[in-house]
Amino acid sequence: MKLIECKDLCMKYEGITAFEGLTFSVDEGDFLCIVGENGSGKSTLIKGLLGLKKHSGGTIEFSGVKPKEIGYLPQQTAAQKDFPATVWEVVLSGCLNRNSYFPFYTKENKERAKTEIGRMKIEGIANKSYRDLSGGQQQRVLLARALCATEKLLLLDEPVSGLDPIVTSEMYEVIHELNHSGVTVIMVTHDIHNAVHYGNRILNMSRNDYFFGTSDDYIKTDSFKAMSRGCFHKEGGCFSHGR
Amino acid sequence: MADELMVLFSYPFMQRALIVGILVSLCAALLGTSLVLKRYSMIGDGLSHVGYGAFAIAASAGIAPLGFAIPVVIASAFLLLYITRKGKMGGDSAIAILSSSSLAIGMIVVALSGVSIDINSYMFGSILALKEEDVMLSIVCSVIVVLLFILLYHRIFAVTFDESFSSATGIHTNVYNTFISVLTAVVIVVGMRLMGALLISSLMIFPSLTSMRLCRSFRSVTICSAVVSVSCFTAGLIASYFINIPTGAGIVVLNLAVFLLFALAGKILKRDG
Repeated sequence: MKLIECKDLCMKYEGITAFEGLTFSVDEGDFLCIVGENGSGKSTLIKGLLGLKKHSGGTIEFSGVKPKEIGYLPQQTAAQKDFPATVWEVVLSGCLNRNSYFPFYTKENKERAKTEIGRMKIEGIANKSYRDLSGGQQQRVLLARALCATEKLLLLDEPVSGLDPIVTSEMYEVIHELNHSGVTVIMVTHDIHNAVHYGNRILNMSRNDYFFGTSDDYIKTDSFKAMSRGCFHKEGGCFSHGR
Repeated sequence: MADELMVLFSYPFMQRALIVGILVSLCAALLGTSLVLKRYSMIGDGLSHVGYGAFAIAASAGIAPLGFAIPVVIASAFLLLYITRKGKMGGDSAIAILSSSSLAIGMIVVALSGVSIDINSYMFGSILALKEEDVMLSIVCSVIVVLLFILLYHRIFAVTFDESFSSATGIHTNVYNTFISVLTAVVIVVGMRLMGALLISSLMIFPSLTSMRLCRSFRSVTICSAVVSVSCFTAGLIASYFINIPTGAGIVVLNLAVFLLFALAGKILKRDG
């Protein structure tokens, strides 16, 4: 079943066309990776999918999921680094979209937050302060919060940027497991090798053109070869830098 | 000592100062937590200078000071929000421009019209400047601030922590930002008659910064800054009377002392923990 279908989509950024004629869809259970150079309109597309920005042409259709039910994992801001909030407070805030105008958290909200904290294996740090956590732990907390907001669809904006290689691969495993358990994932990333390794579909955006298709088809394209400089092995990632 | 305190608070002007001061410090602390965490610490400072300019114009033109200053300061808060949101200029630059220009305009208006007596108290604060209408206004506005803060607490937290996530999940972040700016503007105009335009912003930022040295959750930072703010005000007011120093300055120095104490305690606890 298609969750999101974009047809001939056109969006503007500060009056200038960010991209146009973009057609792609997200099926239930997909792991879609959005890659592309800076300035190719990835961030604008995210805003469009989340319903924060209107598109200027084409259509976006949602079925079985509303824009505000997308579990969004934004890039971290500088202000969050020393923010005094416990893990529990942060995760629980993901439930706010369920309460419409009721000002406080319900019992179900708290149960939900507990479940997602368990799923991300962060029970041990639930009472710790967010600012005292490592980068990887912080991302798990934000993932748990995103899961509180959704059952179906996660939208991750560069979830591994700034993480060290070991924590990065742990993070990918976590996302991979979530995808396996039935959560549809859309991930924006610059990490092209892991994109084709974990993702089943790729949307490659560039200033004049775009590619949308399976990751198997994508690795045959010239744009992939250019970006990976021929050092790619489907199972093993990139080994050839400097060796 | 107890007798002297009884005598002290039997003066109506001291009662007014105590009531308005406690309410303003409470509201300032609640709003301040969000402002500090969103990196808007200087907004209080900027708006209080706008307040000075507005009071100067009102005094020269002979119109009701609060009735004129409150709308002007609220309008400036909107302007600051708009400039920051559009991203054309950094929030700090916008505040610096607005603040020095309104101070300058205020000074010129005062010099041209020659009414400097009242303005001086807005600049440096005076507990004698408080009137019945200030007491009423501060009661009304602090009840509104506290009630709204409790009802919107979780959403304020969400918006303060992560605006992108909040707006993605359907929270109208602009409404909350506007709400916080408007209330900040009102609290500043009311508070600056007591603390002075130069010192009011410290009422907003000191208690939250102090609490953040020790507290690790948003809830404890909020509660702790409310307590710190009200106690520093009360102690500072009493001390300034007994040792005969300017009230506003006394309260700020006390806030500084508590901040340093908390910072030291935070360092020691971190090393042990």
